[in-house]
Parts: sequence; C-alpha cells; structure tokens
Amino acid sequence: MSPRPIVLERIVVALLWAVAAMTIGVLLFIVGFILLRGLPHVSWQFLTESPQKMGREGGILPMIVSSALVAGLGVLIAAPIGVATAVYLTEYTRGGRVTAVIRFGADCLAGIPSIIFGLFGFVFFAITLGLGLCVLSGALTLAVMVLPTVIRTSEEAIRAVPDAYREVSYGLGSTRWQMVTRVVLRSALPGVVTGVVLSLARALEETAAVMLTAGSALRMPSSLLDSCRVLPLHFYLLAREGISMDKAYATAAVLVIVVLAINFLTYRLMRRFIGKAGQYV
Amino acid sequence: MKQDRIISAILMGLALSAILGLSLIAVFVFKEGVPIVLRIGARDFLLSAEWNPKEGLFGIRSMIVGSAMVTLGAMLIGGTFSLGLALVLTQFAPPRLTHVLKPVIELLAGIPSVVYGFVGVQTLVPFIREHLGGPGLSVLAASIVLGIMVLPTITSISVDALQAVPRSYWEGSIALGATRWQTAHRVMLRAARSGIIAAVILGMGRAVGETMAVIMVGGNTLAVPRGPLDPVRTLTANIALEMGYATGAHREALFATGVTLFVFIMILNTVALAVSRRRSSGAAFR
Repeated sequence: MSPRPIVLERIVVALLWAVAAMTIGVLLFIVGFILLRGLPHVSWQFLTESPQKMGREGGILPMIVSSALVAGLGVLIAAPIGVATAVYLTEYTRGGRVTAVIRFGADCLAGIPSIIFGLFGFVFFAITLGLGLCVLSGALTLAVMVLPTVIRTSEEAIRAVPDAYREVSYGLGSTRWQMVTRVVLRSALPGVVTGVVLSLARALEETAAVMLTAGSALRMPSSLLDSCRVLPLHFYLLAREGISMDKAYATAAVLVIVVLAINFLTYRLMRRFIGKAGQYV
Repeated sequence: MKQDRIISAILMGLALSAILGLSLIAVFVFKEGVPIVLRIGARDFLLSAEWNPKEGLFGIRSMIVGSAMVTLGAMLIGGTFSLGLALVLTQFAPPRLTHVLKPVIELLAGIPSVVYGFVGVQTLVPFIREHLGGPGLSVLAASIVLGIMVLPTITSISVDALQAVPRSYWEGSIALGATRWQTAHRVMLRAARSGIIAAVILGMGRAVGETMAVIMVGGNTLAVPRGPLDPVRTLTANIALEMGYATGAHREALFATGVTLFVFIMILNTVALAVSRRRSSGAAFR
C-alpha cells in the first residue's frame, strides 16, 4: 500500500529541503575552509614580494602580475572580436546559413575542455608560430577559449535593446553603422561590459590551458615572450608538491577572493543594468 | 550604402573567427594525434590497457574506463543534488529565499577548479581512507568533487527551465487537487524536461573535460579501476600529467588522447544542441 499523498508530500518535501541545505552548506564550507586557513597567512609582504626557495618563503607578486597579464591580454583580444561577432549576428543578418554556422561554431567552442585548448595553444601558438611557452601564447589561447562567452553575453545584451530605439535612429536618418555604434551599443554597454568581466574571471581561474602554453617559470616576466606562472598554477604546484601548505592556502585565499569579487561585481552590474533598462521601456 | 556593405563584410570576417578557431583546434590536434592511432591501430589504442611510453606501449583503456566511471559518478551525485535544489528553489522555497540563493549558487560557479580539488584532498580523501578503506584517492573522491563542481551549472539552468514553465500549468494542477509534490514531479518536471536534460548534458561535458581537480583527488594510477575505491586516471589527467616532459611518439599519443576526448565532447555537444533546439521550437507552440 502506498502512503497517502499528503504524508508522501511531507516526507518528500523534508527530504528535498535536506538536500538543498546540504548542497548550499557544502558550497559555503569550501569557501569558508579556504578563507579561514588562508587569510591569516595573507599579508602586505605576501602580496608584494617575490617567492623565495620555490615558493616556500616570500610572496606571490610575479604570479599576480602574470595572471593579470595573461588573463587581461586574453580578454582584451577576445572582447573586440566577440562584440563584433555579436553585432554581426544581431544587427547585420537575420537567420541564414552563415549565422547558423557561426552560432554552431561558438556553441561547440564553448563546450571544448580547457586541456584541449592547452594542447592546441601549445602546438599552434608555441610551436607552429614559434612563440614558445610565454605570456603571449597563454593570452592567445585564453582569447580563443573565452570568445564564446563574450559572444553570447554581448548578443543577449544587444537583443535586450528595444527595437523602438533602432526605429527612432533610422527615422532620424542615421545609417546602420551610426545606429549600431551610437544607439544600440551605447545602451547595451553595461551588459556587454558584464560579459567581458565575466570572461575575465573565467580566464583568471584557468589552469590546465595556461600550464601548457605559458609555462611555469617563477620569476617576474619581463616581456610578453617570457615564460610565466599564473596564480592558480602556482597554488596547484605548492599544494601538489607539498612545498608549503601555509603559502598554498594563502594563495588560494587570494585567488578565491579575486574571482568571487569579480563575479559579485558583475552580478551587481547586471542587476543595475536590468533595472535601468526596465525603467526606460 | 557602399560604406554599409564594407562594414558588413568586415564584421562578418571577425564573426567567422569563432569558426576559424574551432577549425584550427580540430586540424592541429588531429594532425598531431591521428597518425599514431593509425600506426598502432585504433582498436589497440582504445582497447589496450598497457600505457608505457618508455616501451612504446600506448593503450588508453584504463583512462577511458576511468573517465566514464568518474563522469557517471559525478552525474549521479551532482545531478540528483542539483535537481533537488532546483525543485526546492522553484516549487517549495519562499520567493525571497530563492532570490538570495540563486545568485549565491551562481557566484560559487566561479570558484577555481584547483580550489575544489584542494579542498577535496584536504577533507574528503582522508575521510574516505579512514572510513571506507582504500587509498582515499579514488573514483569516489573524484566523483564527489566533480559532482559538487557541476552543481551550480546544472542547478542554475534547471531553475531557469522550471521557471519558464507557464504559471497556468501549476495553477491547473493545484486546482485539480494535486499536492505540491505531485504537481512538482508530474507536471513541472515533465514540462521542463528538455531544459533539464540539456542542463545535465552540459554538466556532463564539464565533468568529462575537468582536469586539475581530478588530478588532485583521483590518484592517477595506470591500472583499470575496478570499484569506486580504486584510484583512477582520466583522459584529461593523462594529458596534463605527462605533457610537460613528453616527446616524439609519447607526445603524439597524448594528442591522440586529446582527439579521443574531442570526439566524445563533440558528440555530447551535438546531442545537447539538438535537445535545446527541440526545447526552443517547443516553446513556439505555447
């Protein structure tokens, strides 16, 4: 005999709440665990000194600089291409085979594992183009990797611009290009920026692809063709080779704070953007 | 108008770079990886469990089995929990709580994968070693860590799919006297099915492709894992662990491992795209 629906309801709902509480608990535990163990070892010196003895002592300044360079440059390359793609897909074509092919390419690119981007970057940028393991190879690899994110978020932001704006712009006699740059892109800007910042967070946390293309040299990179070691890789090597657990926790704490801060910022930006757009419509 | 045509052409050129990137990746990874598979024979490469680069033996069966077991385990754990969470957030929790929790969950999607792996090594691995036996570094540990990692993705997309179900479905079911649970699993889950399937496939792709976290908690031995407590090396881990020092045929074999992964992911992607396309054409009927 099966239990009465109302009894079953009580049991299932209680179970579901337990599952939900456990899930949220685990996720918060991970963040708390890293911050509690890492923050006590984070100091001004840690952030502004070079590492000593393979990272056993000293700080993480070169890794902070390397991460900023590789991820920043990667996003800087991907952003204009991604936004141009989004503009083309939304304002210059309406359906058709070319659009379908481009969208299929972006969707597939988004699903490829980062280690394959690493293999590709290694054989294409580092070896075939002769760049070697360096900041530039890493940045170019990340650029290809975050391109679909930029395309998709920009596309959504541009689609959210009401058609009335376009009609008014045309009505005032502007060309399509003037309409795109002065009306559509301007009102979609917060959304586009959000997407770009989001892809920056993704580029900053990437480890596998950067490891195979930018190398793992400990020193401060002096040019774009120098090998360098990004923050997550430094953390991975510290932890895996048991060099220093305190430094590993501290590095992880810095990484988690930076990435969560960026994500939080984009979330706020998005909220404000949506609120604003709602006001005008 | 001439200017408009020029701009349109330039934009199209830039837009094609996504396709260009995808083709370059396919061409270069295949060019490096396929020759050695043809030399050894696809059967031997995929089915032999002997991986010994020094002896020139390249068989990736243990990694294929490893990837499959870990991914399956991750989907069982991550899928169940995210579905439960998505149901609570959309059907049972007060809207204000959902409003706070959904962005929190999405924020957590940004935690770097190395951090997930590290917390796994520090807490989960010793727990499994002491209470369940085995070395601790295992299929189970990797499945749990990956399951947690894909949680935010699957939950967030499933919540969107459940929220997209028209309100009238819910009202109709409740008006017919169904309990909230009956409504949730017989009406809402069924109506949001294709969106949830797409979310699970997307999460599966992430789990198969994840590298650093699996290296940290998997144990990376070369034997074919026989149970959940055995250590495991996945396809991705094999590439990341050995790429640093591999040369010649060894490096080609690692690229061939990448080709295997690539083909598998493309199949998953195509299925996911087909499912989500069915969903959007279904939406047009409403």
